[in-house]
Formats: sequence, structure tokens, C-alpha cells
Amino acid sequence: MIPELGHYALMLALGLALIQGTMPIVGTRTNDPALMSIAVPAALAQFVFVAIAFCALAECYVASDFSVLNVFENSNSQMPLIYRLTSIWGNHEGSMMLWISILAFFGAMVAIFGGNLPAKLKANALAVQAWIAAAFELFILVTSNPFIRIAEAPFEGRDLNPILQDPGLAFHPPLLYLGYVGFSITFSFAIAALLEGRIDAAWARWVRPWVLGAWMCLTLGIAGGSYWAYYELGWGGFWFWDPVENASLMPWLAGTALLHSAVVMEKREALKVWTILLAILAFSLSLIGTFLVRSGVLTSVHAFATDPRRGIFILAILVAFIGGALSLFAWRAPLLKQGGLFAPISREGALVFNNLFLVSACATVLVGTLYPLALEALTGDKISVGPPFFNATFGPLFIPLMIVMPFGPLMAWKRGDLLGAAQRLLAAAMLAAVAVAAAFAMTRGGPVLAPFGVGIAVFVMAGAVTDIVERTMVLRLPLRATLRRALGLPRSAWGTAFAHFGVGVSLLGIIGATAWGSERLAEVKPGESLEIAHYRLTFDGLFNRTGPNYRDVMGHFTVHRSSGELIGAMEPSRRTFPAREMATTEAALMTRGASQIYVSLGDPNKDGSVPVRLYFKPHVLLIWIGAMFMFFGGALSLSDRRLRVGAPRPAKAKAAQPKPSLQAAE
Amino acid sequence: MTRKQRRLVLIGGSLGVLAVAVALMLNAFRDSIVFFNSPSDVVEKHVGPGTRIRLGGMVKSGSIEHGDGMRIRFEVTDGNAEIPVVYQGVVPDLFREGQGVVAEGTLDKSGVFDADTILAKHDETYMPKEVADALKKSGHWKDDYAQRAALPVTGANK
Repeated sequence: MIPELGHYALMLALGLALIQGTMPIVGTRTNDPALMSIAVPAALAQFVFVAIAFCALAECYVASDFSVLNVFENSNSQMPLIYRLTSIWGNHEGSMMLWISILAFFGAMVAIFGGNLPAKLKANALAVQAWIAAAFELFILVTSNPFIRIAEAPFEGRDLNPILQDPGLAFHPPLLYLGYVGFSITFSFAIAALLEGRIDAAWARWVRPWVLGAWMCLTLGIAGGSYWAYYELGWGGFWFWDPVENASLMPWLAGTALLHSAVVMEKREALKVWTILLAILAFSLSLIGTFLVRSGVLTSVHAFATDPRRGIFILAILVAFIGGALSLFAWRAPLLKQGGLFAPISREGALVFNNLFLVSACATVLVGTLYPLALEALTGDKISVGPPFFNATFGPLFIPLMIVMPFGPLMAWKRGDLLGAAQRLLAAAMLAAVAVAAAFAMTRGGPVLAPFGVGIAVFVMAGAVTDIVERTMVLRLPLRATLRRALGLPRSAWGTAFAHFGVGVSLLGIIGATAWGSERLAEVKPGESLEIAHYRLTFDGLFNRTGPNYRDVMGHFTVHRSSGELIGAMEPSRRTFPAREMATTEAALMTRGASQIYVSLGDPNKDGSVPVRLYFKPHVLLIWIGAMFMFFGGALSLSDRRLRVGAPRPAKAKAAQPKPSLQAAE
Repeated sequence: MTRKQRRLVLIGGSLGVLAVAVALMLNAFRDSIVFFNSPSDVVEKHVGPGTRIRLGGMVKSGSIEHGDGMRIRFEVTDGNAEIPVVYQGVVPDLFREGQGVVAEGTLDKSGVFDADTILAKHDETYMPKEVADALKKSGHWKDDYAQRAALPVTGANK
């Protein structure tokens, strides 16, 4: 009964989406307020029905209703409740349901909080949201229906893939989808602006929280996925340039560019056309990302042959939205009025520089990801494009970006003083030089250029601090005055500083872990020891342990410093899941400051020895700590007061105050 | 600076950066593309020693030999041709006789494939897609490999 309720609710949502997608646009064309006002209640109703559908599916999972095919294939009654819930989105159909649930939710938020949006903009934007929702709902209903039932219900399900039974990966899809769908809102607003033929700073101010929110969620989602790969896959790597990873990185790069470009639009009403293009690009990449991961295209282009309907539908959606958006852009963009002038050396110039390099880096990732697919489709040759390609293209493009990053916030709008900014960054540059020297002195081995990378990372971090120092005039005013300035600084200034600082921290972590990490591969018998960096690990033996739906074979290692001092113990394991006959490696991590010792086991041999992978990763935790800084910086910016104040309304009566009144948007 | 000049400067700068990006990509393509080959491909295309390739197929049952120091030697087959492989290190979870494997490395002069990476990413049926395609091409594809892997292999039509 419940699955049928959910199924029906989904169909109703599709109907509502079709209405929401057509009536308001007709209303904007014919200037009919009644038709335009359909958008808000339609969006709210659509959210209600999509939520009903999602909750119905969730109830099937929680109750372990194996008569639903989707639950049978992906769940198991022995699983803990939390994983029964997260397995809703651990498969294709369920994750599509999550996608449209978030889409409908965000549409409802625009409907509720968009009280002071111009009526036409709101109607158009909600209509475009509805097109996206309708396309996805149709896709789900036709090709990926989670509510399909099995005639004779099996007693037990096939279990969630053991790799996914993990807190990190359980919450990775929702975070990423919050990011992807957040960009759908900016896309809708961009298309709405094109449909209307006008765009202004108020548009940018309205869109900015959505860009920030989506970017923040994507940052966390990507960082979380990277950390999951690090501790779960057993090889100590945190980024493999896997097509699935690239699929999430590309929207992030475009989103970062959009974030910076929207700042220029909001402050100076410049770069309008470019901002709209970026909004279209960010969402297009989100769509490509979702479908690359979810359609099986990445494993083989010939996966289409097994289920062509899905692949063709996906391609149709991509062509319709990306092609349609770009065509609309080409046709209507010239209508948008030109914005403010600025000199090439200025804050706008720095932001344009930022955008250029981010977009070029994004293009290299796109080429590297799609090239094998294209080649296989055209010639049948199977190639792999891996880290060597991306390191040779992505890395060099990021270096200029990092070097210019501290200059941006220090330059004035419209016409900047490069020499002045450079003078203010002198302290930061000297700190960076000291760091380079220290890196050379304190490390052995590793690539020759790595200490310079450390210098760049320190320069970025010191540059962010310099920005705050300059704004609060820390060393030039008495402490009380400085504190007052600091508290009075707009939160977005603090947000910028924290986020840029976080980028430097992550960069430092990446360089440390990649350049100066060490590795030991060996087979150990009980009693034997392995040395790595300045630690010694002694293998004490294997023992067994049972969990709710798995069996563990654990190895016990005692960790000493090379000087003999006892530090602690580590227990890596091999975990077997009987339901799926799969084994996973559970690595053991010991944190020493920001570095980690990493141990993972292979299959025990018959003679009692066990193959062991032992790594020492210096400063590796900085990678994810940096991402936290970026997220925190984004949150600070999001809470900035001016983003909660809506566009001014013209004075209602002449007798009343002559100033336009500001109204809070939420 | 007029609007038109500024726009030209911006466009020129953008094209410059894009050109740099394209140059980096073309350079990287030259050096770092790795082709996938099945054992039959290696024989037919006469892949020379020293070329870095990916070799994929089934681990031939009974061919795994453990050396000391985590050295392992096995044979990769697609039903028509076989290539011996040596690898030093810890093998991934799904590496087993009778199941699919993809190894990356170079052939040495004696025709033995010296692998430096054994790839672990498979789908639920323990068969990498490229290996499945290669097996289909060589006419030795059977749908029940995952179950049959547990059984001893007898008979000529494996």
C-alpha cells in the first residue's frame, strides 16, 4: 500500500511540475499576475508530494519491505537502522529520488522566502525549476522506478554493498546532491534573467546565498568522499583523479568561479554575461556529474547496450538542458546591459584572473575525464587517463591562481594599486621564503619543487591573515580600536579570509602527504617489527571479532617510537560480509599531530604471516582541516547581514519617508 | 582605456590562458595515455617491451605462485592467449584465481609482464568491464563466471 502511495504521489508531482513549468511563463509573457502567481503554490504542493513519495520509500526501507524490488536489492534486515536509511540513496533509483526531493525542497524555499523578488523573476525561476523537476520525475517514473514490486516477496534482502556501510560514504551523496541541486537554483535564476532580458545587482544579491550554500555543501561532500577513500580503500591515497571524483570536482571549480564572479556582479554590476554563463556551466557540470556517476557510462560506453533506455533518456536530458540553456544564452545575452568599467589591474581584474584559471583547470579535468569515453566510442580503443595527465595539466594551472590569490582582497575596486598591494604582502612573502628554507632543511627526499609548493601554501595563508591585519589595522592602532574594527568588519570579509586560509592549509596538507610520505610493504609473522619514519610497529597476532552483519579478522600492532617509548596500539582488520560474500579492508589510523600512521592488512597467508601495508602520511589531516576552514568561511559569508536584507521597495506614499525602506527577506 | 580596448585585453588574456591549458593537455596526452590490452591484443599487436600498458583478463586457475618478499606470479588469460605476470606487493581484496584482473605495467624482454599496479575496481560481479569486453571478443564469455570460479576447472572448453 505504502509503495503505491509513494508511486502515485510521484505521478501527481510530475503533473504539478508540468503545470508549474508552463503557466507562470505564459503569465510573464502576457503580463497576467494570476497565472504568474500559480508558481508559488505549485512549488509548495510539488514539494509536499515529492516528500510523500520519498517518505514512502524510506518507510519501505526502515520496515525492510522486501516486496519492493529496490529494497530487496539494496537492503538487509540485519543492517543497523542508520544504514537501512542511508541505503535509500546507495543505489541508482533511490539516489534519483533523493535528487528530486532536494530539488523540490529548494524550489519550495524559493517560493517561501522569495517574498520580495520581482514577480516576473520569481515566476520564471520557479518555472525553470519545474522543468528540471519534471524531466527528472519522468526519468524516474519511466526508467528508474524505485516502487516496482516483486510478486513473491523474498525473506531477506541482498544487503547494501559493504563498502557503503560506512558513516563517511553514507552521507556523501546527500551533501553532494545539496551542492548539485543548489546550482540548479542559480541555473533557474540565470535562465529566468535571460527569459526576461534583464539582470541587475539585486539579482546577484539574491542568488549569492544559493551559490554559497551549494559551494559549501560540495566542498564538504568532496572532502568527505576524499577522506572516505583514504581510510576505506586501504591504499592511503586521498585523490585518484577517478572519473567519479572528477565528476564532483568540475561543478566545484565552476561553482568557485561563479562565487567570485557573482561578487563582482553584486558590487560593481559588471561581468553580468559571464556570471550567467558560469551559472549555466556550473549546473551543466552538475548534471553531467550526476549522470556520469549514475548511468554506468564510466565503466563502459557499451553499458548502454544492456539498458539503452536509461542512457538515451539521460543524453536527452543533458542535450535539452545544456543545449537549450546555451542556445538561449547565445540568443538573449546581447540584450543584457553592459555594466561598470574597470581597469585590468583592480580587484575585478584579479577576480577575472581567478575565473580564467579556474575555468581552464575545469576544462582540463573535463577533457581528461571525457576523452577516454569519446575515444572508445569513436575507435574502440580503451585507454586510461590517470594522475600523470592531471598532475601535468591541473597542477601548473593552479600555481598562478594561488600566487595571485593573496593580492585580490588587497586591491581596490575599479582601479587597483598593484605596487601597494605587493608592499603590504611583503611580510607574507618573507614568511613564505622562510617556510621554503625550512622545508628544504627539515625534509629528506621528495620532489625538488615540493618546498616551493610549501612556500606558496604559506604565502596563501599569510596573505589571508594580511587581509584581516590590513582591514583592522592591527599594528597601527591601539588594541581597543583594532578590536572594534574587527567586530565591525562585514562577515563576508572574515569569510573570505577564512576560506582563502583554508585553501592554503589544504595545499600544505596535499604537498606534505604526497611529497614526504613513506611506505612499507612487508609480510610479518607474530613478534616481528616494521620501521617507518621514526616509529616501530610490532605485530602481535591475529584475532577474530563478530559484528551485526560481518566477521572481522583483526591484527594487533603495538606502536613505539624508534627511541623505544610506547605510544599505543593499532588494530587493522579484514571484514567479511556473509550476505554478499564480499570482503573489505578496514585500515587502522593513528593520528600524530596532523600526520597519520596508516596500517592495512592483506589476506593472511597459510603459514601464519600477514601482508601489511604501512604508510606514514605527514600533515595529511591538513587537507580536510583546510576544507573545514573553507566551509566555515562560507558559513560566515552566508550569515552576512546584507544577504538577509532584500532589495529595497520604492516608497509607497509620498507623504511617508522619502527613503526607500528595506525589508528583511527572512 | 575604452570599453572596446578593455574587452580586447580581456579576450586576449583569456585566449592566452586557454592556449596554455591546451598546450599542457597536448603535452600530457603524449606522455601519459595508457592503452588497455587483452592477452590476445598483446600477441596480435606485437606490443613491445618497455611500453606501458594495462593488461586485463582472467587469472588462470592454478597459476598463482607466491614467492618470498610479497612477490607473486600468475598468468592472465582471455581463453585464446596467456601472458605471465609478476608483481611485488599486496594484492587487492578481489584478486583471486578464476576472476577478472587488470594490471598496469610493462612487458619485459622475455615476454613476462612486470606489473607495478594491480587494479582493484570491479563491479558487483567481480569482473572489470574491459575484461568482460575482451572475453566477449575472444568468444570465451560465459555469464556465470562468478559462481564457476569456486568450482575446479575441468574439460577443454573453459
